[in-house]
Amino acid sequence: MSNIFKDRIFKNKAFIPFLTAGDPNAETTVNCILAMERAGVDLIEIGIPFSDPTAEGVVIQDANIRSLSNGMTTDGVFGIVEKVREKSDIPLAFMTYINPVFHYGYDRFFERCQKLGVCAIIIPDLPFEEKDEVADVASKYGVEVIILIAPTSHERVKKIAKEARGFIYIVSSMGVTGVRSSISTNLDEIVAAIRENTDTPCAVGFGISTPEQAKKMAAVSDGAIVGSAIVKIIAQYGKNAPDKVYEYVKSMKEAVLKA
Amino acid sequence: MSKGRFGEFGGQYIPETLMNQLYELEEAYNFYKNDKAFNDELNTLLNEYAGRPSLLYYAEKMTKDLGGPKIYIKREDLNHTGSHKINNVLGQALLAKKMGKTRVIAETGAGQHGVATATAAALLDMECEVFMGKEDTDRQALNVYRMELLGAKVHPVTSGTMTLKDAVNETMREWATRCEDTHYVLGSVMGPHPFPSIVRDFQSVISKEARAQILEKEGKLPAAVVACVGGGSNAMGMFYNFINDKDVKLIGCEAAGKGVDTELHAATIAKGSVGIFHGMKSYFCQDEYGQIAPVYSISAGLDYPGIGPEHANLYKTGRAQYFPITDDEAVEAFEYIAKTEGIIAAIESSHAVAYVMKHAKEFSKDDSIIICLSGRGDKDVAAIARYRGVEIYE
Repeated sequence: MSNIFKDRIFKNKAFIPFLTAGDPNAETTVNCILAMERAGVDLIEIGIPFSDPTAEGVVIQDANIRSLSNGMTTDGVFGIVEKVREKSDIPLAFMTYINPVFHYGYDRFFERCQKLGVCAIIIPDLPFEEKDEVADVASKYGVEVIILIAPTSHERVKKIAKEARGFIYIVSSMGVTGVRSSISTNLDEIVAAIRENTDTPCAVGFGISTPEQAKKMAAVSDGAIVGSAIVKIIAQYGKNAPDKVYEYVKSMKEAVLKA
Repeated sequence: MSKGRFGEFGGQYIPETLMNQLYELEEAYNFYKNDKAFNDELNTLLNEYAGRPSLLYYAEKMTKDLGGPKIYIKREDLNHTGSHKINNVLGQALLAKKMGKTRVIAETGAGQHGVATATAAALLDMECEVFMGKEDTDRQALNVYRMELLGAKVHPVTSGTMTLKDAVNETMREWATRCEDTHYVLGSVMGPHPFPSIVRDFQSVISKEARAQILEKEGKLPAAVVACVGGGSNAMGMFYNFINDKDVKLIGCEAAGKGVDTELHAATIAKGSVGIFHGMKSYFCQDEYGQIAPVYSISAGLDYPGIGPEHANLYKTGRAQYFPITDDEAVEAFEYIAKTEGIIAAIESSHAVAYVMKHAKEFSKDDSIIICLSGRGDKDVAAIARYRGVEIYE
């Protein structure tokens, strides 16, 4: 059976950008996603805004608030994906909190994901212990629930990795999302523990902003995930962000390929 | 696989970064809750430092005036630091110390939990940082200074609605950033397992004492126990040892603010729906997309859009009932109990007093009911004055 993660997204070292849907509006989000695709990214994480994103640093928190106060909703985000799908088959994943998914209705939510070719979802407040909340429904519609592994996971890595599907999201450092000047976690050790237990690919996120960091993270793993640095560009340039996002993302993808 | 369930409610919906901390906490708690030395130490602190047991006071004038059952008041307001919060805080701080933590962090709404945490940290030689919504640091400036006097650092939280829920968000973020040496002293029966159980156990001293006290005074159990509910810690403490006494009604009073027909309330049970937030499945005030709603109450301590999962289950199973009480009713009760009994009660606790004022006649004169007076109202005097159009500032 073909596996979009192994056969396409992680065929080479992957670069995975994130953006918050509806920040500053739906049209800009669509244009940024298409710009990212042109720049050669492998998977795009689309954030469904939530009023209280407890795993986010201030940059993405603010993007959530901008998006919601401009009227974005879960239905609106599906509308954005529909627009993207008119022009592109780029692999897409959602990143959001459990409450918006719970309220949309698990069946209804994952069925729409399947129809629109959203292949995965990342839910930071749904740890391994609570994965059964959505596991069956997501699987019924062929959507992978991406599990996270953190620097504090220690002996948990084994059981998490063994059941991981799609890819594993390695949280590079303690705390919340946001740009960091350096990442000091011993990622080699975490990745080694993952590799012992699964051949599911893994990518590193949280705190990455420069091409050097992205290259370094992709070198120890299978790819790099970048959110806050992109959201910052969108915050700065608003409707004119797509070109700037293209340049930035392109430089990051090139760096990752050198890893 | 999922732990810490009360019926369908509860659980551990929290980022992976904190999961090992929760396991460590659960393991330590399960050990120490049965450890004699720990319990002796905690009881000594509760009795010699916090002033327990708290009085069960017969409010004779209120009883006569309202013409219903005998009204007893559980005086948690007389505890050191002025509220029930100290019961939980001493327990958690001592537990944290045993776990080798050197620093505690906490969220606070009105400031009582923050003050209690700062107090315990001072006593037990721990570093303390408190996160408090910017709106609340303005409303309760005196409590900010009080925490600083006790050696704590107070961070005004400017994200979101700048109230209690945002303070919880920020404390969770801080804990995810630094947890090796830090314990999060959660202030209510909420959040991910094991917090709802730990906080309930430490607060259950309220009903353990009250049950024995009322049996001694009345020779029978009360018809009802009444407490205000935000997250629900004093109510859970007041309910817990009466849950198996099926004839004792458990009554929670939530903040209806300007009224449950307006947008300005924090009435989670009356107006909320099931959701998953702050680590737990429970009832929340939220919109159709699951965005957490801004809530409002005159009482900063009840100004929270959720309720603890054990309450959610007590409600769903019909064991406890929850009633919304408006700002107007609470303020009236605040003034009433001051004039009738000479007690300045917290505006939070005044919600429970208001319920009894409204519903006393529904009970038999042969029965008794207990109000949990969870805190004292000195902190609220200036706000009540302003509510009545008198411009007093602290």
